[in-house]
Amino acid sequence: MSEIVFSETAKREIEKILSRYPTKGAALLPVLHLAQEEFGVLTEGVRAQVARVLDLPPAHVEGVVSFYTLFKTKPTGRHVIWLCQTLSCDLAGTRSLLGHLERRYSLKPGGTTADGRFTLTMAECLGGCGTGPAMMVNWDYHDRLTPERVDEVLKKYD
Amino acid sequence: MEPVLLKRIDIPGMAEIETAVANGAYANLGKGLGMKPADLLEMVKASGLRGRGGAGFPTGAKWGFAAADPKTPRYLVCNADESEPGTFKDRPILERDPHLLLEAMILSGHAIGAEYGFIYIRGEYADAYRILARAVDQAYAKGFLGKDIQGSGTRFECVVHRGAGAYICGEETALLESIEGRRGQPRNKPPFPASVGLFGKPTVINNVETLANVPFIVEKGAAWFKSIGTEKSAGPKLFCVSGRVNRPGVYELPMGTPLRALIKDVCGGVPGAKRIKAVVPGGVSAAFLGPEDLDVTLDFESVAAAGSMFGSGGVIVLDEDDCIVSATLNIMRFFKHESCGKCTPCREGTYWLYNVLHRIEEGGGRAEDLALLLDIADNISGKSCCPLADGAISCVVSSVKKFRTEYERHISEGGCPFAAREAGAAKA
Ligand SMILES: Cc1cc2nc3c(=O)[nH]c(=O)nc-3n(C[C@H](O)[C@H](O)[C@H](O)COP(=O)(O)O)c2cc1C
Ligand code: SF4
Ligand code: FES
Repeated sequence: MSEIVFSETAKREIEKILSRYPTKGAALLPVLHLAQEEFGVLTEGVRAQVARVLDLPPAHVEGVVSFYTLFKTKPTGRHVIWLCQTLSCDLAGTRSLLGHLERRYSLKPGGTTADGRFTLTMAECLGGCGTGPAMMVNWDYHDRLTPERVDEVLKKYD
Repeated sequence: MEPVLLKRIDIPGMAEIETAVANGAYANLGKGLGMKPADLLEMVKASGLRGRGGAGFPTGAKWGFAAADPKTPRYLVCNADESEPGTFKDRPILERDPHLLLEAMILSGHAIGAEYGFIYIRGEYADAYRILARAVDQAYAKGFLGKDIQGSGTRFECVVHRGAGAYICGEETALLESIEGRRGQPRNKPPFPASVGLFGKPTVINNVETLANVPFIVEKGAAWFKSIGTEKSAGPKLFCVSGRVNRPGVYELPMGTPLRALIKDVCGGVPGAKRIKAVVPGGVSAAFLGPEDLDVTLDFESVAAAGSMFGSGGVIVLDEDDCIVSATLNIMRFFKHESCGKCTPCREGTYWLYNVLHRIEEGGGRAEDLALLLDIADNISGKSCCPLADGAISCVVSSVKKFRTEYERHISEGGCPFAAREAGAAKA
């Protein structure tokens, strides 16, 4: 396994994060976000490196990473679709979008398209209930979705 | 009612500090920071402000506990986790008037003697996080945050802390755990955060909307605030309406607005003039109300008297063609996924409730399942460490009670009587 090192910019950012908290441990979530941005996936090696940088037991970092749904430990397609399945969006038509994603993109929850472009993950309430169904693609939020709107939005992600 | 919290929300560019200041942001800092902390605290107490995050705890009283604790430093934490399904009211403030929240935090910090504030924002609110982090930087640059705010001698530092996807982190002690860099599992109480909170220090945790009222209370006084709403539930309130209404959205109305008026007049009624079957009045932790409850007024006391909970102001409307079992199943799937796993009744109970609901909806229900659902719910109720568990069962208990025949039809007909609409939705 090649060694995982944070870039100089990331190292400076970590210093900044550490200065905001009275304990090193409190920097864990922000540093994990940063690591995910930097390396794409929080692999075992990345998690170990985060533990080293923050002087935390590796098992602690493992426990934290596995608790939160937005931390990625496995490779995904190039873009992750987070489709809201909670009540208001379900009423507004999540199921029609699911059917569409399956028919048009052969995409099922948890799955990735054959070309590696999209992974579909079901999400819980994204705070867009009034304009549902809602989804995020990576960190971009999209709402008032219909099958046609989904096609339009997904075009923007290669 | 004249808008208060949302009065600047449609002004373009309010996230930029120059525009914000030109439109009145930070205008109440001079007055508020000029007051003695005890007087400011007294003012908020007298206003009758109660928490908008769900529980409705009197804000001034909460502040008083922390302010009276001699340990330092004290912390102010803003709960911007907004994850209760059906709730999307804090987001407009975070994205479109972030300086209102910062002004509110500075004033609130002054009242309780807290020089450090954290805003805990849910990981999914990526835009809001960027906007807020930038607003904080701008506020530092202009001297609204820092060691000596505008030469007042008051210090307030503010950090935006981003969550990473976990509903339970909205629960205040799980939130503190999450800031400290741990799994978001609630702490046992007591001790309460007011004395042993963030990093073991006295801590006040308030919802975004709760805090956003503070600058206006400073500006217009406690009596003004009390004059809005009902006697015990004072002030303006953000309601977010979704589901089967013609005009879903976030609306600012006085506390005590009748539910029927909110749905019919404000939101334009139900599409196709269908009848209302059920309403979730305050996020999915709140029990279903039925058509017989539509005259309830939306304030803490009245919704509780109707057997539900005022909660977060997240109103979800179901019409006559919606399936109550399907809706309950959807809610239970949410709670099964979001239970933090610490308490056995909650972890296992939500799993079993989900399974039984699932088989009823899918046509494999048994006659004894209704008693079983209530029995499992009873074994969860009051036997868990945090309020998630009791929130999780309220959809089951209320729907079995109010819509028993609908469950029975699922069981006797071997499937969902509303499947046609759902199949249509899946195909569309
Ligand atoms: C499971 C659970 C989730 C919660 N989620 C939120 C939330 O997303 N936002 C919030 O402000 N309060 C939430 N709360 C309520 C908080 O625990 C706490 O009561 C609130 O932040 C206090 O602020 P307030 O007094 O201003 O309402 C939640 C509570 C529970 C039990
Ligand atoms: S009641 Fe549920 S969510 Fe709350 S602490 Fe227990 S297991 Fe976790
Ligand atoms: S239910 Fe989908 S955004 Fe709230």
